[in-house]
Amino acid sequence: MANTMAEIKNKMRVEGLDLYYGKFHALTSVSMPVQENKITALIGPSGCGKSTLLRCLNRMNDLIPGTKVTGQVMLDDQDIYGQAMEVTDLRKRVGMVFQRPNPFPLSIYENVVYGLKVAGFRNRKMMDEVAERSLKGAWMWDYVKDKLDQSALELPLDQQQRLCIARLLAIEPEVILMDEPCSALDPIATMKVEELMLELAKNYTIVIVTHNMQQASRVSDYTGYMLLGKMIEFNDTRVIFTKPKEKLTEEYISGKYG
Amino acid sequence: MKLVGEKGVRRILMTVAFSAISALLLITLFIINEGLPFIFRYGLKDFLLSSDWNPAAGKFGIFPMITASLWVTFGAMITGAPLGVAVAIFLSEYAPRPMMKVVKPTIELLAAIPSVVYGFIGVMVLAPFIRSYFGGPGLSLLAGSIILGIMILPTVISISIDSIMAVPRSYREGSLALGATTWQTIHMITIKASKSGIIASIILGLGRAVGETMAVIMVAGNSVNIPHSALDSVRTLTANIALEMSYATGMHRQALFATGVVLFVGIIILNSIASVALRKRTSKR
Ligand SMILES: Nc1ncnc2c1ncn2[C@@H]1O[C@H](COP(=O)(O)OP(=O)(O)O)[C@@H](O)[C@H]1O
Ligand SMILES: [Mg+2]
Repeated sequence: MANTMAEIKNKMRVEGLDLYYGKFHALTSVSMPVQENKITALIGPSGCGKSTLLRCLNRMNDLIPGTKVTGQVMLDDQDIYGQAMEVTDLRKRVGMVFQRPNPFPLSIYENVVYGLKVAGFRNRKMMDEVAERSLKGAWMWDYVKDKLDQSALELPLDQQQRLCIARLLAIEPEVILMDEPCSALDPIATMKVEELMLELAKNYTIVIVTHNMQQASRVSDYTGYMLLGKMIEFNDTRVIFTKPKEKLTEEYISGKYG
Repeated sequence: MKLVGEKGVRRILMTVAFSAISALLLITLFIINEGLPFIFRYGLKDFLLSSDWNPAAGKFGIFPMITASLWVTFGAMITGAPLGVAVAIFLSEYAPRPMMKVVKPTIELLAAIPSVVYGFIGVMVLAPFIRSYFGGPGLSLLAGSIILGIMILPTVISISIDSIMAVPRSYREGSLALGATTWQTIHMITIKASKSGIIASIILGLGRAVGETMAVIMVAGNSVNIPHSALDSVRTLTANIALEMSYATGMHRQALFATGVVLFVGIIILNSIASVALRKRTSKR
């Protein structure tokens, strides 16, 4: 296994990360690799710090007053908490899909090209092409191609979540972070999004938070098990779910916990 | 130990509510009753569109006052609305939360300052300033606009903040997560999403400006004429009523009530637009 790990490139790398929300120690010395073009899953009971860790990867925690972060998060060879990193550039490279679909109160088209407009693009023809490519990439082009000017808020929930994926694809991020992207969706919509994730992993690096262990085992290549702000075990998904090294992991996997 | 039972409380409150409402209705009816017959007798067109206001000669054209009221209100919008919206954006999106929690109620308190105080400041500070730097009498359309612009700030700021804060945080997060800056997020998402509330705040402020009397009497100069520049002295509809009511009799007195009816209609129109805008905002979520 050490062998395969070495061959595949680390897209991101978390190294000795500690995070405090005010006085609350939410992450304790967390380390983890994020491998390129693979799906990495974070599992663990509710409140263990999965979302917090995920939000460190594109510095969304910066928005919460009183948050203190120490340690390193490398993207390629650059520390994203370092001086040289522009946080707006970082978030264009490391995009995020949220737990509850949060399309903007704009038209479907305006949602998809929002990231391009933010980046300063104005060429209508180019934006039209990107919009079509992104909506196709999120498997919703046929569904919305005739109603691009309709408000995104009128879409059903699963299409809204796909639109949030599409608007991310439009800015071609390198890494896509997903925080329980299916928790608001029904089982069929969930399956579709999982299939979509597997397809996206061909071109993107994906990190997904889920409280659903079946989902982690179905879609991910690597899995990290977290408990009380610590990374208990990080390994091949197959290893985690068949013969975990840590007793705590085994207890969680076998359903003795949570 | 119940002195008055549940039913008794209910009956008392109902009586109070009814008397308050009927007092308002009576006042409205009184104004309309006094003013409307005059409008019919004198002719709506002559009343609204003639520039000849000379009560001694039986001439009652309020066009100059209508123009003055419109200009002063417009001026208040130009000075007060951008400033108020800018302050609201700063307080809700940039200022630390504790700061907003202190500053917002303080600003709302400004609405409680009696308008004569605003007028006094206008007379003592603003008018001399205008006179020496821009010329003219100082007491002018410009002075009235600026004072009213300041007076509508609490309304504009307070309601704008409420509607900006009502924009779900998830919109902002979604925007920032796509690499947008704070300012891009504000003007591309937040302001768009709270637009109807912001517009309502401005219109409600203007309703206040149209009806304001004391401060305007003190700073606007009160000459009955159609202004040709912002430095001209003007008399608004409200000022006209307040200045002449004490000695007016007969037709003259009725003409002033009719002026009140015109104001009444104007403010009702403004407030209806504002409440439609506010309703649009709430029904969107
Ligand atoms: N903004 C915040 N301020 C303070 N504490 C927080 C904040 N967000 C999360 N926490 C706390 O941090 C811990 C981890 O939260 P989170 O990362 O959301 O967990 P998970 O996603 O695994 O359910 C929880 O105990 C939670 O209460
Ligand atoms: Mg979470």
